[in-house]
Amino acid sequence: MMEPGLYHLLFISGALFFIGVFGFFTRRNLVTMLMSIELILNSVNLNFIAFNKYLWPDKMDGLFFAIFIIAIAAAEAAVAIAIIINLYRSHGSIDVESAEELKN
Amino acid sequence: MNELFILMKSELLVTGLLFLLLFIKIGKGIKNESLLLIIQSLLLVNFIIGFFFNKEGNLFDGMFNTNGLIALQKSILSLGVYLISLLFADWFKKSEHMAEFFMLMLSALLGMFFMISSGNLLIFFLSLEMATIPVAAMVNFDLDKKISSEAAMKMILSSAFSSGILLFGISLVYGVTGTISFAAMPAVLDGSPLMILAFVFLFTAFAFKLSIVPFHLWTADVYEGAPFATTSFLSVISKGSVAFIFMATLYKVFQPMQDVWYNMIMLLSIVTMITGNLFALRQQNIKRFLAFSSIAQVGFILVGMSSNSPAGTASVVYFILVYTFSNLAAFGVAAAIASQTGKEKIDDYKGLYQNNRFLSWVLALALFSLAGIPPTAGFFGKLFLITAGASKGNYMFITIAALNMIISLFYYLKVVRAVFMDKNDFPVEKITIQFSTKLALIICSTGIVLAGIFSWIYDYIQALS
Repeated sequence: MMEPGLYHLLFISGALFFIGVFGFFTRRNLVTMLMSIELILNSVNLNFIAFNKYLWPDKMDGLFFAIFIIAIAAAEAAVAIAIIINLYRSHGSIDVESAEELKN
Repeated sequence: MNELFILMKSELLVTGLLFLLLFIKIGKGIKNESLLLIIQSLLLVNFIIGFFFNKEGNLFDGMFNTNGLIALQKSILSLGVYLISLLFADWFKKSEHMAEFFMLMLSALLGMFFMISSGNLLIFFLSLEMATIPVAAMVNFDLDKKISSEAAMKMILSSAFSSGILLFGISLVYGVTGTISFAAMPAVLDGSPLMILAFVFLFTAFAFKLSIVPFHLWTADVYEGAPFATTSFLSVISKGSVAFIFMATLYKVFQPMQDVWYNMIMLLSIVTMITGNLFALRQQNIKRFLAFSSIAQVGFILVGMSSNSPAGTASVVYFILVYTFSNLAAFGVAAAIASQTGKEKIDDYKGLYQNNRFLSWVLALALFSLAGIPPTAGFFGKLFLITAGASKGNYMFITIAALNMIISLFYYLKVVRAVFMDKNDFPVEKITIQFSTKLALIICSTGIVLAGIFSWIYDYIQALS
């Protein structure tokens, strides 16, 4: 049985990041798009923790960064969901295709 | 202990204002008119105190640092917020939630202050989020309008996505260098491919916030859907603060990689100027028009930024000061017309001069300054930016920038022609302007004229940078 190393973790976080980006660009439901952004943020968290553990174990910067990212993600999701609820009230749908009045 | 109060005075002051507003709001019983007057005078005090007790130094192990230039940048932002509170008095008085709007605006301003002063990627990221999230709520402030909520949705999603990209870049920087402090970073930047990838991610996030071209798609929609007060906040103050910190990171932190970023900035600057100009040509809505014109202006800011010298810093700060005056004047006139007649189309501006002399002259002056026509300060702003950019000796790049200035003349003068020369059977009727709006428009116009005439303003900025 092989011990998981830095490269395995980086592979997982890179995959998560691009799944998030892919989801953000292909999904049309606002809540799913928000979830895709959460995936991106979590891949970053994983990156920070992995770098902290394997490369710079004597500095705690990465760990603290991950904690702050969790807090900021919560704040961002709160505002985003408030906006989505307002959008639902005015448009009756949370599909991005329904909101298309602003075009040049 | 005493030093903390002096070095962080602008931040502490804005925090104090925030709490004061909160208590006033809880206490209620104050009419919008008098509350607005209180807020305006507090913001004026905030702006004036920015000039006193300035001291150089850093706090919290270099996480927060300040000096004369940073204090000046903060003063420019405070001035912008003060002018916004004067300009849109009409809209504020009608608004049901005025105190909340100012609370959001001040917390975004607080985030920007910390962002400009940040000396550490963690503080930088936190303050960037603090400067962005409240603005998304401000965009949604016309709660009953459909386009406002659509614009807010676009703003929050694109900014959340860009902060995700920023964070991925920061995590790679941390992995390569092992530090997140700006001061320690230049020594350990090695220019390895992974480092360049990380830098591209960081650059992308900045480009999103500054609406540099491949990442500008949200700009016009958000500007059009948001209320005028938010649009002007976004286009002047938000953009200015990001430009300041972008410049500081490029010059101080990524100095060892300047060959890499010079090419990126040059390429994006050319694309940004051309796209902004070409799209501005075909706009009919005044907000969209100003949105694309502000994209083109960012292209010019990048020209100055590419110089990588103190002259570049001075020219960018000076340009943003001038840009604050000119853009706020243009938005102020457009808002005054829109709030009374509901007209936002450029075609509706035909014959504006017949009934509204004052507004027409202010709009013309603002547009001349944005286009860069000599007696106004906008000309000197562009001149300094281009001279700073030319110091690198890349004359092809400078020629393209100069040609773009000529293209931009066409669409700015198109609006001026519509206002002064085109005939209209039903011109905009006489608009009554609030006193404070008039005051702000006069401040803006004198700023546009005097900042160009008095050379000590530029000398002062240059001495600081």
